[in-house]
Amino acid sequence: MSTPTPDTAAQVSRAMRRFTGLAFAVAALLLAGCKPIEPWVKPYERERLADPIMALERDPVSGAYLDHVFELREGARGAMGSAGGGCGCN
Amino acid sequence: MGAATAVAARRRVAFGTLLAGAVALALAWVAPPATAAVLPEDRADVLYHRYDGGGVVVDGPSVLVRKKVGDKVSVVANYFLDMVSSASIDVLSTASPFTDERTQMSLGVDYLRGKTTYSIGYIDGEESDYLAKTAYFNVSQDMFGDLTTISLGFRRGMNEVFRNVKDPVTGAKQRDPSFQQDMDSRGWSASLTQVLTRDLLGVVAYELVTDEGYLNNPYRQIRYADPTSPRGFSFAPEVYPRTKTSNSASARLKYSLPWWRAAVDGTYRFYTDTWGVQAHTVQLGYTQPAFGNWVFDARYRYYTQNAADFYRDLFPRRNTLNFQGRDKELATYTGNTIGVGASWEFRVGRMPWLEKGTVNLRYDYMMVSYDDFRDVTAGGRAGTEPLYELDASIIQVFVSAWF
Repeated sequence: MSTPTPDTAAQVSRAMRRFTGLAFAVAALLLAGCKPIEPWVKPYERERLADPIMALERDPVSGAYLDHVFELREGARGAMGSAGGGCGCN
Repeated sequence: MGAATAVAARRRVAFGTLLAGAVALALAWVAPPATAAVLPEDRADVLYHRYDGGGVVVDGPSVLVRKKVGDKVSVVANYFLDMVSSASIDVLSTASPFTDERTQMSLGVDYLRGKTTYSIGYIDGEESDYLAKTAYFNVSQDMFGDLTTISLGFRRGMNEVFRNVKDPVTGAKQRDPSFQQDMDSRGWSASLTQVLTRDLLGVVAYELVTDEGYLNNPYRQIRYADPTSPRGFSFAPEVYPRTKTSNSASARLKYSLPWWRAAVDGTYRFYTDTWGVQAHTVQLGYTQPAFGNWVFDARYRYYTQNAADFYRDLFPRRNTLNFQGRDKELATYTGNTIGVGASWEFRVGRMPWLEKGTVNLRYDYMMVSYDDFRDVTAGGRAGTEPLYELDASIIQVFVSAWF
């Protein structure tokens, strides 16, 4: 095995420092993820959000039907809440 | 610095990274227990639906029942029926009007464990010429003080495509015994729901769906220029690719108005697939409670897409491309749908087990304008017929009960 030149050793050292910094950054992020996040909207402040008119899907049977209608008549599909279950388009 | 020193330094850094990861995992493990998420409410819905547009009438019932079993499990079942009477532009161009039925039954189970909800389910759809079996699995996790919910899902569909033909003797519709094709579908979805402020919810969602197998409609035809035909064109079977992969991503905001009790919401979705279709969807909604026990809704949906790479209204020759389609859902078009709804809430004193009930009426009007799909039934020189337009009425009447 050849002995590394001073330039190579300096490059390895720089790479090590960068990697160590990256490892610390990742560890810091992981550690930050473990700290319980203080909810910025407290449970007692969610009165409006708990109102039935704020439900993302108030009537599932109606929402599923409309998704079905649009999915059959549009080329696009997905990411709007439908669950599939057949073409129904023959 | 020698090679041995460099190796030792690499090992120290690797050990440090592992140690940091282990500490992070350990802290995650001992993080304070979260408050429990909740299962959906027990309810039952009976709905009548009717779609009437473009020569097609589809109506029928849908019944949905959801019930908790103990504190941890909720079961949901749905029965859905489409009764189809079709004299659509496709049918009038190349075939005769027909009637058909499509039934769909589904059963799902949600299991709640701490802040995690696991859902599995099975959907079975049946038509005279199409069988669809779909299984799905979702996992949903509440986190960050219940401000954030992350959901991941997978579904797998196994479908069989048949073709109906008329019995030459009796004229009755029956399956063509020489035609049976498979189509498999897989879908992966992810969504994040976030409480942004005390009045505002946000949702971002992504879904990837990939299909493989027979993706044609076995009846639909392309048309191509044919100088030997009196009309100037003839029809030939469509030829579709046997795979399709689509990506869709959406973002939604729902806001509770600060001035009076009402909610507004808006959604945008971008869609793209390997057939060359790109689509944009915008949905806006407004919900207004009034008179104590009434809730009124207004909705608007805008949809636009460009045509698939192999779509043409009129092909110059019979075999112009390797793949050829003339499905108007693969054309370039724009749709606008406006809708209104009213919901009346009631309680029955003699039925204490009934928490509340609602009677609901919804009406949507859909208008679709095609940029490159022509109405061949209107006559005229091939390729100069008027562009097709579709108007449709969608009615829903349903009763819901919470118990």
